[in-house]
Amino acid sequence: MSAVDRAGTLAAMAALFARDVRLALRRKSDTLGAAFFFIIVASLFPLGVGPEPSLLVRMGPGIVWVAALLASMLSMPRLFADDAADGSLEQLLLSSTPLPLLVLSKVAAHWLLSGLLLVIVAPLLAVQYGLPAEQVGMLVVSLLLGTPVLSLVGAIGAALTVGVRGAAVLLSLLVLPLVTPVLIFGAGAVEAVGAGVDASAHLSLLGAMLALALFGAPWAASTALRISLD
Amino acid sequence: MNRLTWSYFAAPQRFYRLAGQAVPWCAAVAIVLTLYGLFIGLGVAPTDFQQGDSYRIIFIHVPAAWTAMVLYVAMAFWAAVGLIFNARLAAMLAQAIAPTGALMAFLALWTGALWGKPTWGTWWVWDARLTSTLILLFLYIGYMSLRAAIDDERRADRASAVLAIVGVVNVPIIYFSVKWWNTLHQGASVSLTKAPAMAAIMLQGMLIMSLALWAYCFAAVFVRVRLVILERERGAAWTREHLARPQPA
Repeated sequence: MSAVDRAGTLAAMAALFARDVRLALRRKSDTLGAAFFFIIVASLFPLGVGPEPSLLVRMGPGIVWVAALLASMLSMPRLFADDAADGSLEQLLLSSTPLPLLVLSKVAAHWLLSGLLLVIVAPLLAVQYGLPAEQVGMLVVSLLLGTPVLSLVGAIGAALTVGVRGAAVLLSLLVLPLVTPVLIFGAGAVEAVGAGVDASAHLSLLGAMLALALFGAPWAASTALRISLD
Repeated sequence: MNRLTWSYFAAPQRFYRLAGQAVPWCAAVAIVLTLYGLFIGLGVAPTDFQQGDSYRIIFIHVPAAWTAMVLYVAMAFWAAVGLIFNARLAAMLAQAIAPTGALMAFLALWTGALWGKPTWGTWWVWDARLTSTLILLFLYIGYMSLRAAIDDERRADRASAVLAIVGVVNVPIIYFSVKWWNTLHQGASVSLTKAPAMAAIMLQGMLIMSLALWAYCFAAVFVRVRLVILERERGAAWTREHLARPQPA
């Protein structure tokens, strides 16, 4: 790839990223909806299981992580659906820029306004559950590493279900079993800190999953997009 | 077998006939081996001194768990062949394997629960193997749901192939994470303690039942793939001719 091509590719990726962020900022209710869903789901659990503090501290990390998982699935179907509806997705497929890179910048924009938002809200929920400060810190770190994986794997599901009836439910059905490892090590890292154990092994594994997803997911999602719009 | 004959049967019409010839043989082998395996399992094999007679469920349970796993890999393999070489028959095979695989995963979970109740005193524990089999069942269900949601057959083939390939990459990751998660939560579950070396006759019964189940899976997949071929090739001349003929068998 020549220097000119590379500059052009980066410019296209940056332009797509900026466009997606701008679109998401103009639809505040969609963007904030997932965050409020996250807060509501996490707030329902104490009502269901009882307000006993020791129980909530024990369950907090897992509940916040499961709620984050569900909330990130909620916003996933829109990743490609709107672009498919107005035809701009087809333009992306025709572009000379490699499709996996374009998918990567769309996923990055999506994560910035859904995943990162969840990471910012999470400490609030952790405090509701009475988690100690070091566990709150670890929750933020593990979500920072884990939510990009959710967005990346979710992008594969979103690409597979573009234009399919019942896409939202189907997407959760496809993606949730695939991301169970993220939940295990994400919540596990927070629990390890609570138990006084070193959590670096959990974080390393989360990082490994992020690396694998960064490498494989854009490619799989762009293959799926080409199939969906065939 | 050389390359030529392999591709010869890649035509749905020819494979339809081949599968039709194979079904009675597979079914006969399945019946004979099941009867023999059950005879060994229920009649010849001695009662276990620890678990009593409840251990006898392994003659179904273990083969079902094995086939559930292998069938997922086989499904992903044929789906990948279908995607890469644009081979319709391979995609139809993957489509036909999925329900049998899901059935086997369900059987493994169900018989496991039936065994767990008298032995562990509970229907379900969050053991690594149980949990990963459950997730495997979810993967099968996801695959079939995606297929069912897409009307265009060729698109369904290719989209579900991508899902199957992503799943097969993920299965080892899921298995090991569930395993490590389980060891982190020590004490919560009953561990599958290493069984004392299995009596030779029990192992023999289990292997025969595995072969029987394999024969059943081949028969079921062949029957289903024949139906899939007929349904999807319904516009073709040979299919119309075939269906218009009075059916001898």
